[in-house]
Amino acid sequence: MSYELNGKVIEHDEEGYIVDIEQWSEELANVIAVQEEIEMNDEHWEVVNFLREYYQEYQIAPAVRVLIKAMKKAFGEEKGNNKYMYNLFPYGPAKQACKIAGLPKPTGCI
Amino acid sequence: MNELEPDYDTEGVVKKFMFVNRKAPYGTIYALEILETVLISAAFDQDVSVVFMDDGVFQIKKGQDTKAINVKNFSPTYRALEGYDVEKLFVERESMEARGLAVDDFVVPVEVLSAEELGGLMDQQDVIITG
Repeated sequence: MSYELNGKVIEHDEEGYIVDIEQWSEELANVIAVQEEIEMNDEHWEVVNFLREYYQEYQIAPAVRVLIKAMKKAFGEEKGNNKYMYNLFPYGPAKQACKIAGLPKPTGCI
Repeated sequence: MNELEPDYDTEGVVKKFMFVNRKAPYGTIYALEILETVLISAAFDQDVSVVFMDDGVFQIKKGQDTKAINVKNFSPTYRALEGYDVEKLFVERESMEARGLAVDDFVVPVEVLSAEELGGLMDQQDVIITG
């Protein structure tokens, strides 16, 4: 199973998470987003970039509860809440945003 | 509810879970497996504490470099525990001192307890998982 981008094949697992985080690019993020039925805007990018920074720092993809708490700390109450995040990523903010960000499936995700 | 059916409602049940790390971070899978279990258990709102003793104290040592053994350095993930509301981290004093380590050598803030104090704490747990 794989995504295709500019003739390059990028492998992913059965749920769509890419296998090698090094192969991620903003272009690829847009390809994954289309499959997730998400039209990327600045607010989506803000979350995706935030997740990539989180992964850089902690080497894991956070569970949704942890992501929302960290968003609240970084961007304040209006963005660090369930409603805002589920509006952006209706099928689960951690799952969908992590997939688009090229991260593994969130740890502690149930 | 039908009296013959068992009641499986466990909502609101909080147990005291203690995870005890006794092995070096690399070479076996124990340290990483325990860490992932801790992160998952945190999602269930349990009372979780984590202990580092014996060679387990090396798991949280600063400055780990795993390039030469070609495995991921997962020590930064211990710093994510706070975000998962896992804030009770203990190091056994005897293990730490025997390895020439001090509190400043760790990537996370820990409380240092003697073997005897730790024993007392273990006595209060509902579940102890060792790796």
